[in-house]
Amino acid sequence: MTPDQIGFVTLLRKEVKRFWSVLGQTVTAPVVTTMLYLLVFAQAMKDRASVYEGVSYTEFLVPGLVMMAVIQNAFANTSSSLIQSKVMGNIVFLQMAPLGPLQWFGAYVLAALLRAALVALTMLAVTLPFVPLPVTSPLALVAVFVLTGASLAVMGLIAGILAEKFDHIAAFTNFFVTPLSFLSGVFYSVHALPPLWYHASHFNPFFYMIDGFRYGFFGHADVPIWQSLAWCAGFFGVASAICLRMLVTGYKLKK
Amino acid sequence: MQPAIEIAGVRKTYGPVTALRGIDFEIRQGEFFGLLGPNGAGKSTLISIIAGLVQMNAGRISVMGYDTVRQFRQARRQLGVVPQELVFDPFFTVRDMLRIQAGYYGCGREVWPWIDEMLDRLDLAGKSGSSMRALSGGMKRRVLIAQALVHRPQVVILDEPTAGVDVELRRTLWSFMTELHRAGTTVVLTTHYLEEAQELCERIAILDKGALQVIDTTRELLARHPFRFLRLRLPEGAQLPEALRPLVAAEQEGTLELKLESGRHPISAVFMALRDAGVDIDDVHTREPDLEDIFIELTGRSAAPAGASA
Repeated sequence: MTPDQIGFVTLLRKEVKRFWSVLGQTVTAPVVTTMLYLLVFAQAMKDRASVYEGVSYTEFLVPGLVMMAVIQNAFANTSSSLIQSKVMGNIVFLQMAPLGPLQWFGAYVLAALLRAALVALTMLAVTLPFVPLPVTSPLALVAVFVLTGASLAVMGLIAGILAEKFDHIAAFTNFFVTPLSFLSGVFYSVHALPPLWYHASHFNPFFYMIDGFRYGFFGHADVPIWQSLAWCAGFFGVASAICLRMLVTGYKLKK
Repeated sequence: MQPAIEIAGVRKTYGPVTALRGIDFEIRQGEFFGLLGPNGAGKSTLISIIAGLVQMNAGRISVMGYDTVRQFRQARRQLGVVPQELVFDPFFTVRDMLRIQAGYYGCGREVWPWIDEMLDRLDLAGKSGSSMRALSGGMKRRVLIAQALVHRPQVVILDEPTAGVDVELRRTLWSFMTELHRAGTTVVLTTHYLEEAQELCERIAILDKGALQVIDTTRELLARHPFRFLRLRLPEGAQLPEALRPLVAAEQEGTLELKLESGRHPISAVFMALRDAGVDIDDVHTREPDLEDIFIELTGRSAAPAGASA
């Protein structure tokens, strides 16, 4: 490996080790929380909400909840790592190291994707014995997962760069990530919404992430898969461009 | 031979405040170099720019011939910086931290023996498996020093490495740094303890108010000072003759320190004036000027921050 590659792999391993050392907090806790959502909503809504033909409400709910956990954990991994480094001051070790913007970007995003994958696989492993799901389009499933996890990891990086204290990250989570993920069709099909909310949902990028992921399982969804993939890819592209620009110019990182 | 660090026309402003007003100087390869100045002189800003933590508004810096902006990867691989603040990553052990730091610089298992050697030399071997958060301040400082050296840089910058550390660590640090310096490493030191700089540094630059006041060898700096100091303890109640009063530079617990200009105020003239006035002397000492005197002469301020003691 070249010195640059060693630098990248080291940062990636460090970021993985960081969340791995507190696995109870970074993987187990979100899995337990999401399972509680599944228990409560499946029990309360299974006879009331109508979703796709031939798909039970519980089956419909699982991919949405998995994706919601992916969204929240990918964002949390990068944003919390960066703000902790900034607040503790140890970000200087990275800033003084011969690592370029692409290495920062790649290592942080990949580590967040690994955490998101761990959360998603654990959730599926726990639920599949009780709620068997078909996998109609594995390629779409993987593509939507990767684009979603990476997009939210990048959003977490942007939030971490902009934030100066933990409160700022909490604000991003409470006023951006959580509302958009709850209003993205995790618990319902957008076709069941009144016209205004139905149309508004189509401007929420998280809607396409969850809808595309469902397509991977059931082979049909609220919007065509190409539309979901285009939204996911577009969101990732725009977020990455902004994030890389920040890293290249040292925005909020260098005085 | 190319300089270890070349600084050309470096300017830095923070809003309306000018931190550096166009700094130009070179640090030669293999030097033990002192960068001194009172608080707010711009030393830490300059070091932060060299390290890549702060962006300069104008100018150019190279480390071992590599531009710190255009060739930042090569420049940073030649450089190790011990930051002033006690920063650490609480998720890792001491050994993990050093291996991670080595990896950032493209070093793999080949530096592990060097890591073990540093752990021994800095009395960290017993703490290698301890979490960073469990270490005392002095131990964290040792880890910071090891982190800066882990990739065997050719140039090492120590930003106030002995601020608030005990005598044992100082002794360990200076013995280790002197050894590295003998082996060819360029060492740049900033400190408020001027006796350390005077003892260790071959050349010294003094910054004040964002500008370079002087740069010279330590010997030349000391020699250019045209004064000598004469300390007198007079019997209780005795008064210094009026003619000698203007020469008093300091007075402490009954001891007077007279500042004598070479050639103009011979010591014999002081003794004659005392004898003529019928004043006895209980005790007498002479003192050569030290770096502190030069520093005060150039900046008008003491180097030690309030409350600090060497």
